[in-house]
Amino acid sequence: MDNFKRNKSVKICIPIRRVPDTTAKVTIAADGSSVNETGIKFVLNPYDEFALEAGLALREGAGAGEVVAVAFGPDSVQETLRTALAMGADSAVHLQGKPSADGLANARVLAEHVKGGGYDLVLFGKLAVDDYNQQTGPMTAELLGLPCATAISSLSVTGGVATVEREVEGGVETATCSLPAVFTCDKGLNTPRLPSLKGIMAAKKKPLEVVPVSAGEAMARVVSLSLPPERAAGVIVGEGAAAVPALMEALISKAKVL
Amino acid sequence: MSSILVVLEQRDGALRKGAVDAIAAARLIADASGGQVDALVASDRAVSGVDGLGTMGADRVLSVTDAAFAHYNPDGIVATVTDIAGQYSAVLVAATATGKDLAPRLAASIGGPCGMDVTAVEPTGDKITVTRPIYAGKALQVLELSGTPVIAVRPGTYPAAAAGKAGAQEALAAPTFTRRLEVTGIRTSAKASVDVAEARVIVAGGRGLGDPKHFAVLEDLAAAFGGEAAVGASRAVVDAGWIEHGAQVGQTGKTVAPELYFAIGVSGAIQHLAGMRTSKVIVAINRDKDAPIFKVADYGIVGDLFEVVPALAEAVRKAKAH
Repeated sequence: MDNFKRNKSVKICIPIRRVPDTTAKVTIAADGSSVNETGIKFVLNPYDEFALEAGLALREGAGAGEVVAVAFGPDSVQETLRTALAMGADSAVHLQGKPSADGLANARVLAEHVKGGGYDLVLFGKLAVDDYNQQTGPMTAELLGLPCATAISSLSVTGGVATVEREVEGGVETATCSLPAVFTCDKGLNTPRLPSLKGIMAAKKKPLEVVPVSAGEAMARVVSLSLPPERAAGVIVGEGAAAVPALMEALISKAKVL
Repeated sequence: MSSILVVLEQRDGALRKGAVDAIAAARLIADASGGQVDALVASDRAVSGVDGLGTMGADRVLSVTDAAFAHYNPDGIVATVTDIAGQYSAVLVAATATGKDLAPRLAASIGGPCGMDVTAVEPTGDKITVTRPIYAGKALQVLELSGTPVIAVRPGTYPAAAAGKAGAQEALAAPTFTRRLEVTGIRTSAKASVDVAEARVIVAGGRGLGDPKHFAVLEDLAAAFGGEAAVGASRAVVDAGWIEHGAQVGQTGKTVAPELYFAIGVSGAIQHLAGMRTSKVIVAINRDKDAPIFKVADYGIVGDLFEVVPALAEAVRKAKAH
């Protein structure tokens, strides 16, 4: 945290997304290319909570600074920005417009905001649990020529240098870079705090700036959205340990997976 | 005519599992218009197996050998690919942890769209249509990509197929680039177990285990499969701190599709089902006969997991010994 103490103040950008709760059952809307939103509860994207918590902890460690929650989307994202403010973000920016199916078009909008923001760090969630695109973070970094590591599960900052860890198949990769940098945050990085009642009250008075934007030309178009085929109903082979031989027989002879 | 570039992942001079699968997907796109498939590999040493990539469908293998590629070097690979991207109509990678990290950077550098973690590709005129599971697999999105797309293909979707291509070897000079991120190493898992993302068999546990120490029962069943099984977990037990988050299967964990998935003491919450429903065969063991997991399981046993699982482990060992 030396770096931040020297700088006196740290400024961290947390781009967030509003997504359906993971307990939601997905159905397809009449247009055949989007999700039916009726009756769905929307929440702050779970991975963005890890990013926000990391940002808040760094600011607290530095003793001074600003954590800015940023969301690109329609007016409904303001509710999600208020959630981030309730958790402890200092201010919020609503990039008001319609996000594109093309992640790069969205990244250009965010990069434009980050470029002029004077940020030391930009912390994204690893992915949004709706579109699973997991690309806006590293694209934003690439557009701005900033160092980037994705899906980090550990982060420490000392003397202007960040050290991170990320899970890869069969191991954990370690990496370092200097700030400013862009990271996307995985589960395991921390345990996000819950908004306190005081935080919820304070959030109503925190600044929320609205900036109209528009995503440029899209090179990705959603053709359709469908539900995956249902699995055929299975069988209960029996009860207790006595059913093990019947299960083995099925796995060996019918399913042929043993 | 569209030629496709496949960026292959390697670690310590060996191609990663899944890396070559993307060649099969590239072949499918290239063949629709009589195009070529080039495979690019960057390492600090000769990579074993690249001379055999012709039989996997590569017309040409481009190798960059430079000390800068001792570890994963995203900035270096982006620079290498960006230099030659003009020759290609699409760039493909395998959607591994590294591929998912690389693909968006490549797309932003080239200025094309990114199709992330796709399970099907189809050339449609001068565009490429991809299918991708979203909401962790609760829905399938069909996306039409134009320009020069970068597509991350889910490993296992297009198993490497035999093909008689030249596989001609060419060396490529290391690019000029600014290293912004330095990967300093990989700490391999202390347990020499297979990764959940790559395992043929997954033995997953949930709250029904009752106590973190009872994962030993599942580890024993996994061990019975002799190195091809990994232990997975539901969100409830990961959030409770019983097992590391890397084991979590579901919408805020990994999406998996092993040949055989055991859900043991897992009730079957909707976000867990999303992450494992494309497994080839699902076996559920649960005390509660009404648990939702039985609705997606091919085979179920209703009963006490502490009786059933040890008996099952013993039966698997016997079958394997045959």
